[in-house]
Amino acid sequence: MLSKRLIACLDVRDGKLAKSVKFVDTKDIGDPVEKAREYYEDGLDELVFYDITASSDKRRILLDVVEAVAAEVFIPLSVGGGIRTLADATDLRLAGAEKINVNSAAVLRPELIAECAHAIGSQNLVLSMDIRHVKASTYCPSGYEIVIDGGRRPMNLDALEWALAGERLGAGELVVNSIDADGTLEGYEIKLTRMLSEAVRIPVIASGGAGKPEHLQQVLQEGKADAALVASMVHYGDYRVSELKRWLHEQGVKMRMSW
Amino acid sequence: MTTIIIDYEAGNLRSVARACAEVGLEAKISGDPAEVAAAQRIIFPGVGAAASAMQSLARSGLDAALVAAYSTGVPILGICLGLQISLEHSEEGDTRTLGLIAGEVRRFDFSDPGLKVPHMGWNEVRVTKPHPLLASLTPGDEFYFVHSYFPGSKDRSLVYAEANYEHDFCCALGQDNYFGVQFHPEKSGRAGLRLLESFARWRGQTC
Repeated sequence: MLSKRLIACLDVRDGKLAKSVKFVDTKDIGDPVEKAREYYEDGLDELVFYDITASSDKRRILLDVVEAVAAEVFIPLSVGGGIRTLADATDLRLAGAEKINVNSAAVLRPELIAECAHAIGSQNLVLSMDIRHVKASTYCPSGYEIVIDGGRRPMNLDALEWALAGERLGAGELVVNSIDADGTLEGYEIKLTRMLSEAVRIPVIASGGAGKPEHLQQVLQEGKADAALVASMVHYGDYRVSELKRWLHEQGVKMRMSW
Repeated sequence: MTTIIIDYEAGNLRSVARACAEVGLEAKISGDPAEVAAAQRIIFPGVGAAASAMQSLARSGLDAALVAAYSTGVPILGICLGLQISLEHSEEGDTRTLGLIAGEVRRFDFSDPGLKVPHMGWNEVRVTKPHPLLASLTPGDEFYFVHSYFPGSKDRSLVYAEANYEHDFCCALGQDNYFGVQFHPEKSGRAGLRLLESFARWRGQTC
């Protein structure tokens, strides 16, 4: 039986680890390579780097980080943030990233999904969506809309519609990131995650809001997510990766318990 | 000792090379049939579609080099698509494949709408028959899978391990100096590295 995955997300800015609250006030909290190794040794199932570097001339730093991590961390490695072209995706793949996350650029130019899926395989192309709760309307019947550019730019695009379009275009996985829940530590957006997970056939990764182990259990069971993404919970040392996995396992969530 | 990772335009092979380096196996990525023919150890990885992979192998002459290497007893490790196209036939595009090992590849049924496509993530690998490359596995060890098609063989004596998704399916097949796994040892943490370490020492015997 397939295990649920625990994924840690490392927000990287200028090669350093950062963590935001509600997408603003980012602060540096350490060396991403060191953190990656620590989580890997502690049983992490998958690792995501999200590049929040503002200027594109510092992109090379991210490639170096990915390369350093890929040389010693032997679990799937996923990278996102600012990927606009197939060439960006290819550079990251050569540096050692297994999976590529596209976000804003795919909303602005949906063919990017098809291009990347064709070149690197659907299974390696992740559509990451930043989603905000709004009043349901004719423009946004699900009551959830897509926001891009790090949560700053609403797109008048329905999240459910975009998820289905992304799947059709060739995305192999979805990251469902709730902007409302991000950084609050009050729990994932269960209703949103479940709605999207039931609507698509590809795996769904829940993101944004994890603060307690109970939140993970809730989103993996009730929210029907295939994987739960954590950041603050583990970055500040409040919880260890192995501790979270053990707890989930004890609650009856199928987890990989041998590493 | 030259170890060759066969490059036939079927995915990013550097992660396989990195994992090999981690266990002390220096491996060279090559798409040259002459180098494959001269190799003392071969890794045959790959992701993608069976038909285009077969075309690519035929175009470069790597198909014949692999068949020849197998017949001379060189240890070969197939991974994912590499294993699938080592069998005789794949349902994916109704493709006739290399036929090194008796077996065929079928698609998961996915009739249960709750079942995600592809089978992606960590799943337990149960050893059904001992093999030197699986000797380091302990019950409960999980490996990383990404696939929509799975291998199988009517000859049960070739099946060495199984996993479960929708139903039990074969995830490791072997015969003589050939061993193939459906999962990705290079992405499967320490359990995967241990398997690669066993391969680095393997002389091609089945017991």
